[in-house]
Amino acid sequence: MKNKGIVSTIVTLGLVGLLLAGCSSASSSKTKSSSSSASSATKTTKVTAVGSTALQPLVEQAATNYQKTNKNANITVQGGGSGTGLSQVQQGAVQIGNSDIFAAQQSGIKAKNLTDHQVAVVGMAPVVNKDVGVTNVSMSQLRDIFTGKITNWKTLGGKNQKISVINRAQGSGTRATFEAAVLEGKKAVTSQEQDSNGTVQKLVASTPGAISYLAFSYINPKVQALDIDHVKPTDANVTTNKWKIWSYEHMYTKGQATGTTKQFLDYMLSSKVQKSLVKNLGYISIHNMKVTKNAQNVVATK
Amino acid sequence: MSSQQSNRVATIVINIMVAFVVLILIFLLGDILITGLPHVTLHLLTSPSQSFAAGGGIRDQLFNSFYLLVLTLLISFPLSLGAAIYLAEYAANNWLTSLIRTSIEVLSSLPSVVVGLFGYLLFVIQFKFGFSILSGAIALTFFNLPLLIRSIEGSLHAVPRSQHEAGISLGLSNWKTIKGIILPAALPGILTGIILSAGRVFGEAAALIYTAGESAPIVSYTNWNPLDSNSFLNPMRPAETLAVHIWKLNTEGVTPDAVSISAGASAVLVIVLLIFNLSARAIGNHLYQKGSGHK
Amino acid sequence: MDLKSPSKATNEDRRGRIITYSCIGIIIVLVVSILYFIASRGLATFIQNHVNVFRFLTGTQWNPSLLDSHGQPEVGALPMITTSFLVTILAAIVATPFAFAVAIYMVEIAPKRGTKLLQPVMELLVGIPSVVYGFIGLTVIVPIVRHIFGGTGVGILAGTLVLFVMILPTVTSLSVDALTAVPMYLRSASLALGATRWQTIRKVILRAAMPRLLTAIIFGMARAFGEALAVQMVIGNAALMPTSLVSPTSTLTSQLTTEVGNTVMGTIQNNALWSLALILLLMSLVFNLLVHFIGKRGEIK
Repeated sequence: MKNKGIVSTIVTLGLVGLLLAGCSSASSSKTKSSSSSASSATKTTKVTAVGSTALQPLVEQAATNYQKTNKNANITVQGGGSGTGLSQVQQGAVQIGNSDIFAAQQSGIKAKNLTDHQVAVVGMAPVVNKDVGVTNVSMSQLRDIFTGKITNWKTLGGKNQKISVINRAQGSGTRATFEAAVLEGKKAVTSQEQDSNGTVQKLVASTPGAISYLAFSYINPKVQALDIDHVKPTDANVTTNKWKIWSYEHMYTKGQATGTTKQFLDYMLSSKVQKSLVKNLGYISIHNMKVTKNAQNVVATK
Repeated sequence: MSSQQSNRVATIVINIMVAFVVLILIFLLGDILITGLPHVTLHLLTSPSQSFAAGGGIRDQLFNSFYLLVLTLLISFPLSLGAAIYLAEYAANNWLTSLIRTSIEVLSSLPSVVVGLFGYLLFVIQFKFGFSILSGAIALTFFNLPLLIRSIEGSLHAVPRSQHEAGISLGLSNWKTIKGIILPAALPGILTGIILSAGRVFGEAAALIYTAGESAPIVSYTNWNPLDSNSFLNPMRPAETLAVHIWKLNTEGVTPDAVSISAGASAVLVIVLLIFNLSARAIGNHLYQKGSGHK
Repeated sequence: MDLKSPSKATNEDRRGRIITYSCIGIIIVLVVSILYFIASRGLATFIQNHVNVFRFLTGTQWNPSLLDSHGQPEVGALPMITTSFLVTILAAIVATPFAFAVAIYMVEIAPKRGTKLLQPVMELLVGIPSVVYGFIGLTVIVPIVRHIFGGTGVGILAGTLVLFVMILPTVTSLSVDALTAVPMYLRSASLALGATRWQTIRKVILRAAMPRLLTAIIFGMARAFGEALAVQMVIGNAALMPTSLVSPTSTLTSQLTTEVGNTVMGTIQNNALWSLALILLLMSLVFNLLVHFIGKRGEIK
């Protein structure tokens, strides 16, 4: 049974080795990133971006492209939600916090310590099950649906069918944007909640009488997008604020961005990303916007 | 009803219920395999995934799942083996032991998202492991421990007491008896336990989203230096596993072929589990025959 | 020969003890740290945010960002607690007879076919990611429920059915272990007395295996209790008291999973979610203690 002893020794050694490797590589990457922020080091620098799952595919693809030309950059992009992104960048645990909402709108975040980088605009539209027989609503009707005052599609000239509201998760960026634009401070009716675009899309497509809202890029032929006051949910209408339900995608840094982080953020705003990637993913380029919106939802022309 | 009749009725009822369960199993596996298999191509298995364009594969995710499994077992198996031996052979039958048992069992009912967040705050942030396979493996250890300890302890108990006594009476130390006699005899049972827990590791997603991360950076499969950040063996790199990838495709997937990739990935997952399961069983039988002297 | 110094065997034994004791020590540290972590986060709602514990457990309004008429955050967890209990218990009630039937079939009726075919397939099911179960639930079970009972189809019934399939392998394989552990001589004795197979199973084997069978059920319930991603897709995630088996509602885990990414550590919204996790922990603790109690009393003396 000598073998057993040897095996267990190897396993133990392996474990210790792994832990040591973990600690050392983690600490070295830390020193690397701190030294690189002081001077443009030639060594590999690590940038971690965490947060919004909606923004993740865009940043991930941009990071892959960026690293092809900048071999020294090592950019990691993770999801976890806007709240997670903001709280981690505030703590300095990551370099970039991705968020669907303004830092000032998130409770527990000191917005003045963070620098906002708006990298794209996302439009959202109410979507309904294809069989309800309604394609246009007024803003006040939409509000009445989500506050529970209108409960049957018949009221809006559709089928005699109960409206089943599918809301988004409390505190999510999508919901905050929708409620700011539509509800005027009124409280939404407590109803089903889903936290991902994909699940909402599937549920609305299959549930009779369902209504919810989706980012433009998730609207497909299986669901019916609604016009509001006869304005169509298109990119062009968002850029002029004729379509009211839209928000920025933010990438926050703690203080001013420096080093590789700054270079990467600049790359995100370059026309290379804005003209191709942003568009391909169904976002609206920040450069096309003719209006601006601040954290208090006040819209001004540029 | 006579006892013979009730015996017959009971047997029929049991058979019907088993048939029902089998139907569910066939439906589930059939559904996954029939919708998924047509999408399993060499291209799917050998290309990296895409963020939003069509034509992505699951090469890195598949490897990550395996690597994570190996690392998790490397951490959790020695621990649970030691703990199981303690519980089976050394632990006194008192309140302290039952407290330890209860607390281990509580671990298994923790929702995975809680363990994920705990791992995130402690390992990813506090210990600065970052989003990494190592963080993921430690988080998964939490689920693995109760399952492994329970099954190993069960297999140790299943070894007849007489074998233990025989070892002691031959003048062997208690420890040597456990190591040399009990453990080999319990090996097939222990292996089954490992398979069951390995399945759980393969299918886990919620705990990994916050620890191993949900991105699969491009790694080099020719770099065998585990300390190099480009190496596929580096335990400190973020690693999206197959289950996490399926989760991502189903919730926020924007690639036009998300549905087919997710179906294909699910089928691959089932096939991998099947292969794994059967080979581990074969090894278990082989060891059993060797250990018990049968041919 | 030096008789005073410990023998080689004693040294070996000591080394063995040290190894196993340190393993159990590490595990205890892990358990204590995660328990402490959840408890400290979960209690912050009551200590830092001064939420009344009683109101937390009995309130039915869940809106952590808003204040109620008493000027306290609206964090009523009763809907989630009720639903979690209901789906778990219902899933266990549905799964147990099937799991026992399969286990009896595999151990007592057709051991060969059972272990060769059924068991590997059962073990396979454990490894299927919960999101796949959730997806099948969403695309297969929810429409069926909607078709039969009307409404949206999401709710406790859909959740129960998904969990039933998910915990079936766990309960079955542990029940199989329980039945195999029953000594052969009990069977032989019963059959020799002229009992039929069913009488033997019902009066001897099930009776002898009862404590371990109960453990199997509890393990299944624990899995159902902690399951999040699959339930989240079919339960509806509405923080409402369930009015029927097909009304959208929310479990502790689904609420936690849905909202936690959108909150910031240290705020009431986040603390309230950790309090849900704490409830989850305490309830599974209660379950475990219950099993120990039942197990002790049910043992054959």
